[in-house]
Amino acid sequence: MNLETAENPQKLKRIAIEPVTRVEGHGKVTLLQDENNQIKQARLHIAEFRGFEKFIQGRPYWELPVLVQRLCGICPVSHHLAAAKATDMLVGCEQLTPTAEKIRRLMHYGQTLQSHALHFFHLCSPDLLFGYDDDVRHRNIVGVIEDNPEIAKQGVLLRKYGQEVIRLTAGKRVHGTGAIPGGVNKSLNREEIAYLEKDISQILQWSQGAVELIKQIIEQQPDYHQSFASIESNMLSITGRNGELDIYDGDLKATDANGELIFNHVAATQYNDYLAEGIKNWSYMKFPFIKSIGAENGWYRVGPLARINNCEFINTPLAEEQRKLFRAFSPGKPVHSVLAYHWARLIELLYCAEAIEKLIQDPDIQGSELVNKGQMQATGIGILEAPRGTLFHHYEINDEGIVEKANLIVSTTNNNQAMNESIRQVAVQYLDGNELTEPLLNQVEVAIRAYDPCLSCATHAMGKMPLEIELVDIKGNTRNRLFKNSNGDFTRQPI
Amino acid sequence: MTPHPKAVLILTWGNPSRGDDALGPLCHDKLTAQKLKNVEILTDFQLQIEHCTDLENRKLVIFVDASVSAKTPFEFSKISALKDHSYNTHAVSPQALMAICETVNSSTLPECWLMEIRGYQFGLGKPLSTPAAANLEAAQQAIEDFIENKIPE
Repeated sequence: MNLETAENPQKLKRIAIEPVTRVEGHGKVTLLQDENNQIKQARLHIAEFRGFEKFIQGRPYWELPVLVQRLCGICPVSHHLAAAKATDMLVGCEQLTPTAEKIRRLMHYGQTLQSHALHFFHLCSPDLLFGYDDDVRHRNIVGVIEDNPEIAKQGVLLRKYGQEVIRLTAGKRVHGTGAIPGGVNKSLNREEIAYLEKDISQILQWSQGAVELIKQIIEQQPDYHQSFASIESNMLSITGRNGELDIYDGDLKATDANGELIFNHVAATQYNDYLAEGIKNWSYMKFPFIKSIGAENGWYRVGPLARINNCEFINTPLAEEQRKLFRAFSPGKPVHSVLAYHWARLIELLYCAEAIEKLIQDPDIQGSELVNKGQMQATGIGILEAPRGTLFHHYEINDEGIVEKANLIVSTTNNNQAMNESIRQVAVQYLDGNELTEPLLNQVEVAIRAYDPCLSCATHAMGKMPLEIELVDIKGNTRNRLFKNSNGDFTRQPI
Repeated sequence: MTPHPKAVLILTWGNPSRGDDALGPLCHDKLTAQKLKNVEILTDFQLQIEHCTDLENRKLVIFVDASVSAKTPFEFSKISALKDHSYNTHAVSPQALMAICETVNSSTLPECWLMEIRGYQFGLGKPLSTPAAANLEAAQQAIEDFIENKIPE
């Protein structure tokens, strides 16, 4: 059944989950139910990034790597590095120096490590450890701290370590300036390397423990983890030139639901030839798709699930061992389970820890050759794998070096259709025919959270985090209101 | 327990490119320029879980953020650890951070205060509003006075 658009929506009950919680930023889910509580329409709405492209226009190109960090308080490093890669092209840098590439990679592994740690330990572990129907007053990070303080502590310290890697490579804790057009502006000194070496063994151990933890959670309910919000889709990511997992650089690769190649080894600069962005009249966010398949069936998923499915191997031994176990979960086909995003994410956490360990032993990160430049170009395109998925930065500049046009396709936009499909699956699996309750509605959020969407940017002034679920009858009258208070309690307010 | 060499931490946050959300980072810049003794001043986009490690072994912590609901020009209050379940996004409240801190850190929780500076506009690319700028001046002075009275030379 097509749940994207209902017939006669004015005759249906409308339930809005707003904002979606334990994700970044503000999103809203609307559900339409008929008088028998059958779900007829389910949509995810997101206030998205489009204004940022305008914000960038008129600025000099050399500001981009610093300026774009302000787009998002959660993954500023992803924007910093994607913009830096685009400006490499603008300044005609065809090959970074070994020091520059390795420092940038170190920064990126650090941010991916901290981002994945935060997402798993602090945003999703409450659902995974306690179950989606656990008391909402307990199903949160404070509950995890009370019941599993060691797990909570590991989450904090893993994230802290990643942030320290960023601080040392980017030069500052926030608004780092490490990556510049054509290279980096600093390498690491012996003291900084020793500081990172001190804790890396512990970080590796905790990362391995995190992968084991998610496997234990899955083993307890394998059928649930396979079937929950399950959808089959195309997958898009970049992979290294030899097919390996590479989150910093590589070519675009897309596979279909059976794992067959749609395209491979597509250079970043050609992304416009293979991908397009569709629009729908009910959403501010675009819907990217693979051109050769078309808008209806060409949508795809990005992020850890796509990356671990698409890569042929991982070039760090512990993560590679885990990748093989992951792929064995769905023999002969890609792993499509939405909850497997968590598993894939933690394999990447381990990969990043291993990659950091390797890089901090590499003498190149102390090098002094930091920048390469060439002939200026008018177009700059930078693509990398942000923690949440493939991130595209595309700039056009004029002869004075001023940005005239910018196009950003952020990870969450790439997953837009997939998240909508997942909540429709939840609607059919769990909500259809039922009186809606908070645990049932949380199932919708569990599906969205698996994608780790970044729904907005960094404005979180105090007093702006309400949650209101409204039930409207077929005549348009509000029948019930459910409020989530700042203390986490839900109160139902009959009308 | 080794006391932190800088007994006082001022932790500010906000997005400098979002109008009055810049109140936190701007307060950071202004206070840093004052070169306050025994005071470390940090800034970030958001308050995050790992900031609990910054609280470790301090005597006094002042959190500074923009607020859409504080009284003009600011509200300044002592806060306690609170399992307030505010952790709805990647950003955490100062009170919840203190609760996390109690579990993660080995040291005693420092005395914590929250400075909420009233802001009015938070749009991307917007400048700091004129009334928010005035509120910032008042808040900065209040923090300096507070620290001077709190920490003897």
